[in-house]
Amino acid sequence: MTATDLRIQSDSNFSGPGVIIEPRSGWVALHLRDLWEYRELLYFLTWREVKVRYKQTALGAVWAIIQPLFNMLVFSLFFGRLAKVPSDGVPYPVFSMAGLVPWTFFANGMTQAANSLVTNTNLVTKVYFPRLTVPVSAVLSGFVDFVIAFVMLLVLMLFNGVHPPIQVLWFPAFLLLAVGTAMGVGMWLSALNVEYRDVRYVLPFLVQFWMYATPIVYPSSLLKEPWKTLYGLNPMAGVVEGFRWSLLGSGRAPGPMLWASVSAAIVLVVSGAYYFRRMEKTFADTI
Amino acid sequence: MADKAISLDRIGKQYLLRERSHKYKALRDVLANAYMKPFRRFRGAPAEAHSPRSSSRELFWALKDISFEVRHGEVLGLIGSNGAGKSTLLKVLSRITEPTTGRAVIYGRVGSLLEVGSGFHPELTGRENVFLNGAIIGMRKAEIERKFDEIVAFAEVERFIDTPVKHYSSGMYLKLAFAVAANLEPEILFVDEVLAVGDAAFQRKCLGKMGEVSRQGRTVLFVSHNMTAVQSLCTRAIWLAQGQLVADGSPAQIVADYLRSNSAAAVDQVWEDPATAPGNEVIRIHRARLLAKDSYHITVNDSVQLEFLYWNFLNGAVQNASLTLYTLEGVAAFSSASLVRECPAGLIRVVCTIPGDFLNDGGYRVQLMIVRDTSTILYNHQSLLTFEVRDVPRPYSWYGKWIGVVRPKLEWDHEVVDTVASVVSSGVH
Repeated sequence: MTATDLRIQSDSNFSGPGVIIEPRSGWVALHLRDLWEYRELLYFLTWREVKVRYKQTALGAVWAIIQPLFNMLVFSLFFGRLAKVPSDGVPYPVFSMAGLVPWTFFANGMTQAANSLVTNTNLVTKVYFPRLTVPVSAVLSGFVDFVIAFVMLLVLMLFNGVHPPIQVLWFPAFLLLAVGTAMGVGMWLSALNVEYRDVRYVLPFLVQFWMYATPIVYPSSLLKEPWKTLYGLNPMAGVVEGFRWSLLGSGRAPGPMLWASVSAAIVLVVSGAYYFRRMEKTFADTI
Repeated sequence: MADKAISLDRIGKQYLLRERSHKYKALRDVLANAYMKPFRRFRGAPAEAHSPRSSSRELFWALKDISFEVRHGEVLGLIGSNGAGKSTLLKVLSRITEPTTGRAVIYGRVGSLLEVGSGFHPELTGRENVFLNGAIIGMRKAEIERKFDEIVAFAEVERFIDTPVKHYSSGMYLKLAFAVAANLEPEILFVDEVLAVGDAAFQRKCLGKMGEVSRQGRTVLFVSHNMTAVQSLCTRAIWLAQGQLVADGSPAQIVADYLRSNSAAAVDQVWEDPATAPGNEVIRIHRARLLAKDSYHITVNDSVQLEFLYWNFLNGAVQNASLTLYTLEGVAAFSSASLVRECPAGLIRVVCTIPGDFLNDGGYRVQLMIVRDTSTILYNHQSLLTFEVRDVPRPYSWYGKWIGVVRPKLEWDHEVVDTVASVVSSGVH
């Protein structure tokens, strides 16, 4: 650093040797500090998503309840009543609802995140800010819906006389797992969507298939080891089973299956973040 | 202050021009390509002919080897025609897109306004959008809160601040967006044309604000097509053409050079050969010329002489010249005719002087007619000369075109007839 540089720093409040702009190639550092610096923007983008979501709708936030509620009713009728799918000793409506609440949060978060960059094209091409804030805020904005749906789950539990056991203390960890998974997938899909708009068409299928690959209408206890552990590689399997175990006390404490889920989620988040950062430099040119 | 604020070292930006139909890639193409590859080898066809990626892989340098330094406190104007790379340069410097080659270093907090109203959401109210937009362009929440009243007052939308912006008129929308941006206070500011929003009065306000910013000693990079604005606001100008730096220097000099090279002005036309010169069997134009202090840089204060030389083959005809001045929009500003004279066959010269403080800021076209006996048109040329007139820069205030095709300086009398006190006392009994 030269003497001139030092003088600039003392002249102004600017700290650091200056922002260097040059071509980067290959994999780049994550720079999570950038994300922290822009935490207010993250807050405002999340807040915008929340504010705007139910504008000019007649039912407003009621939509946050309708989606899981109607799924639960349909599932309870067809899978619970008619197909007699086992539900780990809990009333089937409560059983499926406990799966649907985190699933709806995940599915909406993933969908919103996947489309987030393309929806915000004008921002991406006109303003500099850490691009990660866009998919991350898309996932975070789903929290409001989640809380509303969660309250309904609690009401349903109360109605059916299901009380949360002591392991409810683990609940936040499972919620975190759901958030992580949604962000990991969201980062992958949003970055891919910039170049391949196919993502938009793949999403509905992905959500549907992924839901049946997750123990929502059925319990994972139907599977035997080692298949069950393998099944845990779907992180949402770990989330849903974790929700049931910690909130309803049903099933057994998720063992190896949960570790598979946690590992898969970590891989998703880390790889998603690196892939996103790698593609980020071309976003403004290709979007 | 002589400290470096920005330094650029051989910055280049290359774009890949794709086929028009391939605006963005579909996975289908990538898969189809991968599938086609082995077959191509067997067919022996040139690989490029089938692959959309290589056949249309035209590379284009939007910026090439741009190097310069900007010191703290400088207000630098970037000028150049459309596609010269000005906006790309601002995008690279504001880190929206990455350079392909070279390196730039920026010393200070940067604010960039490449577009006003980025991130405005139609469903949110004016108040909400002020906070959102402020955060997007890099303001802290506390900073926005502190300046909120100022922003709203500047935008003149006090009454509608709690109305969703989708109900705003486009003018109100832009004013609010600009007001947020104008209150951003970085050490280094990048500004694209976008500031030219709203009606003339608001534009004046915007430029005033820009002037204020530059007087506070902040570093500004300013892209504009408004040459008069560049001259009044900037302390230095850089001219880009086809991605390359053409010239760097004082705004007056660079703007003049740029206008000269770029202008559609035709201020001196000469035809040496009467056989091919414009005209007919009785009249041929030899030369049409505009004379002024600087014919490529005429100001509203300058007087302008229009000189025409023509060959007259009609011996002894009673004739005169008459010209009509049109604005570039095609509105006739005025007509004027020379004295009627009997002319022998030969080279004739007529000169018309347009006084200073008469023409407006804008482009003009000269139509010339040679008339016989004040009634028969011998020859008529629709556009013999074209030239541009520019307003005179006045620091930090709006200038440019006034309303009307001309703006003559006229005699005005201005006196106090009576004072308020005596008017009131005589009006109230």
